Amino acid sequence: MTYRVGQRVRVADRLHEGHHRTPGYVKGKTGSVERVHASFTNPETRAYGADGLPKQSLYLVGFAQRDLWPDYLGHGDDRIYVDVFEHWLEEAG
Amino acid sequence: MSEHDHDHSHAPITNGDEPPAAARVRALEELLVDKGVIDREDVRRRIDWLVSRSPADGARLVARAWVDSDFKERLLADARAAALDLGLDPGPSPVVVAFENTEAVHHMVVCTLCSCYPKALLGPPPDWYKSLAYRSRAVSDPRGVLAEFGVELADDVAVRVLDSTADIRYLVIPRRPSGSDALSESELASLVTRDSMIGVAQPAAPTLKQE
Repeated sequence: MTYRVGQRVRVADRLHEGHHRTPGYVKGKTGSVERVHASFTNPETRAYGADGLPKQSLYLVGFAQRDLWPDYLGHGDDRIYVDVFEHWLEEAG
Repeated sequence: MSEHDHDHSHAPITNGDEPPAAARVRALEELLVDKGVIDREDVRRRIDWLVSRSPADGARLVARAWVDSDFKERLLADARAAALDLGLDPGPSPVVVAFENTEAVHHMVVCTLCSCYPKALLGPPPDWYKSLAYRSRAVSDPRGVLAEFGVELADDVAVRVLDSTADIRYLVIPRRPSGSDALSESELASLVTRDSMIGVAQPAAPTLKQE
């Protein structure tokens, strides 16, 4: 568990051929760790018949809606919480 | 079929309108069975398990949380343990996490990548939950989607959209309706709709008892 609750993290903005569970709309975006869930097998290898090991830490990351959609009309504090695996995260300033 | 000898008021029963996905799934199942990866009995058991689940289980959790604040804390900390406390089957996996709606924050759940859903506690997901329209608009215009479902939020209520992209399944604990103080736990559970636990509706309003 590299990251802690409240820490600012950026989702890697990289292409990934094949199955992965990081939605495109958060790639390259910065948010805050809301929860540290646990470790789970990696769906990117498990999808192709492998065992998914080593397990990856999974985080609930919160993003401000206005950081994701420039035209967002709702409340300034509206957020999206997305589960992101550790190998997609990097520390943000 | 020679037994088919009633008056024909219906269209011929064929596979002609079967969606391509259904044919693909059937072909996949046959291949997996042929290769010994799965057996048909296992598929049947899983389907039976899925259709035996219903939102009534989730509603029992919510109603207990409304009347018992200690239980609510347990539900928020570990929904699986809380479900087991009530004798409910939370399923073998994945992990269920509950979020509580309050007067300041409203949660709603989506799976933008597919159709992840807390099936063990809510049963099979509704078709709209799996639609591209819901999956895309729930994240980019949640207030517009909520308004279409009839949920009008006050301006000072913040929206939290939970996108179940991995191994966690999310369950919303809706706000207890006003005017429900006199109701029993099972009467409260009857107010807790499936959609209110997805976060796209408020629970039903209590009907006034006669006399």
